[in-house]
Amino acid sequence: MKQLMKGNEAIAEAAIRGGCRAFFGYPITPQNEIPEYCSKRMPEVGGVFIQAESEVSAINMVYGAAGAGARAMTSSSSPGISLKQEGISYICGSELPCLIVNIVRAGPGLGGIQPAQSDYFQAVKGGGHGDYHMLVYGPESVQEAVDIAYDAFDKAEKYRAPVMILGDGMLGQIMEAVEIPPMKDPATFPKKDWVTDGTGIGSNRRIINSLYIEPDALETVNHRLFARYKEMAENETAFECYKTDDAEIVLVAYGTVARICKSAVNMLRANGIKAGLFRPITLYPYPYEVLAKIAAQDSVKSFLAVELSMGQMVEDVRLGVNGKKPVEFFGRTGGAVMSPEDIVKVVMQKEGR
Amino acid sequence: MAVVFEKTKMLTDVNFHYCPGCTHGIAHRLIAEALEELGCEGKAIGIAPVGCAVFAYKYFNCDMQQVAHGRAPAAATGVKRVCPDKVVFVYQGDGDLASIGTAEIIHAAARGENITVIFINNAIYGMTGGQMAPTTLIGQKTTTSPHGRDASVSGNPIKVCELLSTLDGPSYIARCALSDPANVMKAKKAITKGLKNQIEGKGFSLIELLSTCPTNMGITPIAALDYVKNEMTKIFPLGVYKDIDAAQK
Ligand SMILES: Cc1ncc(C[n+]2csc(CCOP(=O)(O)OP(=O)(O)O)c2C)c(N)n1
Ligand code: SF4
Repeated sequence: MKQLMKGNEAIAEAAIRGGCRAFFGYPITPQNEIPEYCSKRMPEVGGVFIQAESEVSAINMVYGAAGAGARAMTSSSSPGISLKQEGISYICGSELPCLIVNIVRAGPGLGGIQPAQSDYFQAVKGGGHGDYHMLVYGPESVQEAVDIAYDAFDKAEKYRAPVMILGDGMLGQIMEAVEIPPMKDPATFPKKDWVTDGTGIGSNRRIINSLYIEPDALETVNHRLFARYKEMAENETAFECYKTDDAEIVLVAYGTVARICKSAVNMLRANGIKAGLFRPITLYPYPYEVLAKIAAQDSVKSFLAVELSMGQMVEDVRLGVNGKKPVEFFGRTGGAVMSPEDIVKVVMQKEGR
Repeated sequence: MAVVFEKTKMLTDVNFHYCPGCTHGIAHRLIAEALEELGCEGKAIGIAPVGCAVFAYKYFNCDMQQVAHGRAPAAATGVKRVCPDKVVFVYQGDGDLASIGTAEIIHAAARGENITVIFINNAIYGMTGGQMAPTTLIGQKTTTSPHGRDASVSGNPIKVCELLSTLDGPSYIARCALSDPANVMKAKKAITKGLKNQIEGKGFSLIELLSTCPTNMGITPIAALDYVKNEMTKIFPLGVYKDIDAAQK
């Protein structure tokens, strides 16, 4: 049965249905409904909720709980996610699964509280130190965010890496009708033999650690991580092609901006311009290969990356297109959001109409 | 033949990497013995800091997590909340606990988090080569206070036991010194008490151990022990700062 839910609350419920039993966070707009919801819901499902003293502590509580075997998550918005970067690097280095939700707001600095996509680099290129990645999703709707959150822990545990949902203020605050899948049974979760649950002793004891003082040992770890990222790219890369088959101009956008672009595509088509949209759903791994195929299509004349930033994902678009066709950029920032008409205008101008 | 002494089972057979005369090794043994005596084999999880004790995960014979600098109380909170029936102990140096990790330790204490923290105060940053610590004494020379710590420039030593004992969360807070056999025995009792409180669900405990770093202080191990006993205890008086059991009596 579908129910009307705010994005933030729906993400929290979906994570819990997906097995999350520990939430650690610190208040920040526009994601407050996630900790608020969890503070009420976790005790009902026998889970843990702590409002931590800072985002730094919250992510380290996730580290401890995930290391001890729980399905643990945290959520925040941009300034708070900056504070979590140290912890994220350690979590990746220690190969711990968890869910991190970033309901992005505009920056830099304290910035504003309106929607933005300006944390893209931080999320997909690694905002903390060292060579690491996370499985990063940019859902366009509450339902898609729910489906991602629901399976996030299965994927995080499979790759022993964090899953990040990169939303924005719009996704967090919007209310939509969603279908939340049923509660997963923890008994069905794969056993984790590496967790420090206290039962280890002697040759059975487990160590959660990211320190490898021998260069060769550390290099081995880095190679192991990147072998997993390769596997991730093979299995998890997700995207949507919207009316790209005969498109001459291909918009590229993710998250809620992609929805705005879909309207723009239809308006452009009504004006006789063959537009389409390529929408990456996983931002890491990025669907470069599909983009390359679209770029090779005879019909395609150019690309336009549309973002709520000064141009971040556009760099990955350029990597995918690899010079085969021109890639241009249109963005709004600071919390200002473009309308479909704005995009139509930009395209019409480029087309000389 | 009668066995009069045996190494505790809660330590592994890996050799400590600590410098000669360093009291980290004594602290490790005391914790391990207390864990064994309290029946914590197969029931304990330790949290190792960043500092000279970063390799503590190699030495304690139980599940271990090595965590970011200063964040041990937060990680321990995560562990304890999802494994409430296990014994969670935290091992931190003064830079880790009293400088970069002040927020984490204060809030774990304020929450009355049911964990046991062993706080090694050697008044210096051992691992990074002898820089000033938040607990460095006024006048004490370090590589970043070459003329001696000057309060007008670097402030005064932080007194962790005094500070935390003002909070309602902790069940037991004590300061001991690893300076001589009698004080080492007292430290063992305090550590045991802290772990026991956790097992009995009484909440947060912290045992500060005044310790030595002869290497970075540039003095002999014996002189370092004397420094702890004669100089450090003046600024960091030994004793029990909080004990809810004593308060109830
Ligand atoms: C974020 C961060 N900052 C700085 C360091 C470098 N560092 C490693 S150990 C240490 C201080 C350790 O001193 P203390 O906690 O007193 O422990 P000791 O080595 O004396 O036992 C520092 C500053 C680090 N590892 N991480
Ligand atoms: S540097 Fe100091 S604290 Fe570190 S092991 Fe050596 S003596 Fe101990």
